[in-house]
Amino acid sequence: MNRTGLLLRLELPSDPEILCVVRSAVMRLTEEMGFSTEECRGLTRAVDEALANIIRHAYDGRPDQPIEVLCRRLQNRTGSEQRAGLEIVLVDHGAAPDRKKLCGRSLDDVRPGGLGMHFIQGGVDVMQYTSQAHRNRLRLVKYLPAAVSEPQLTKGD
Amino acid sequence: MKISARRMDKTTILDISGDIDLAHSTEVRRMVLLEFRENRTPRVILNLSDVNYIDSSGVASLVEGLKASRDVGSRLILFGLSPIAHEVLQLSRLLKIFEIYDTEDMALEA
Repeated sequence: MNRTGLLLRLELPSDPEILCVVRSAVMRLTEEMGFSTEECRGLTRAVDEALANIIRHAYDGRPDQPIEVLCRRLQNRTGSEQRAGLEIVLVDHGAAPDRKKLCGRSLDDVRPGGLGMHFIQGGVDVMQYTSQAHRNRLRLVKYLPAAVSEPQLTKGD
Repeated sequence: MKISARRMDKTTILDISGDIDLAHSTEVRRMVLLEFRENRTPRVILNLSDVNYIDSSGVASLVEGLKASRDVGSRLILFGLSPIAHEVLQLSRLLKIFEIYDTEDMALEA
């Protein structure tokens, strides 16, 4: 696997039937990158829920609209600290979401619906949303634990 | 996803297999609500042992089923939760809201 840059690029229709394929791809990718089983499940859930939101809200259930998924390996350096991770960007051209609904609802209120944002936020370290000229962009980032992020040293280094 | 019903005296067991996600949660919702609202089944048991994945729309279907059961004085019981299904209900803080058992026998005896 490439150590930096683009890892996976998917162009898919806004069809709920395709979500299982994306879940499989993201799960496998996160496993390959060294995330824990729990982190892999959390990231996969976050991407799945974000795509479901695009299908339901941005495209109002229309199954033939375009969605782009870009997965990149991150290698951020902050001072002396180096953190690797996975950046997943979802792009659609549907209606922009209501920003008030991007924070999710209280879990103390037991009722159907409204859990998706909690699942997204719970699976990632960073969630950034931008909307410009009919182009909605959701950026999700999950950092690897420090032990996995650090470059592997070979004997003699 | 596949869903089938086993009906016995005062109890219906719905065997579900596959993923309860955006593509299929409406079918689960329809089947569960049918049992409570149309058939007036006193006890509906969901067999989730072959369910690989549940998303938020799937959880919403279960919560709606639970509310429908309470509206008509019936019971909704779950059994055979996979680690993923268990994790989703835990994240939703719903584990204590549902009646959950490990096996079908335990669910039937409850």
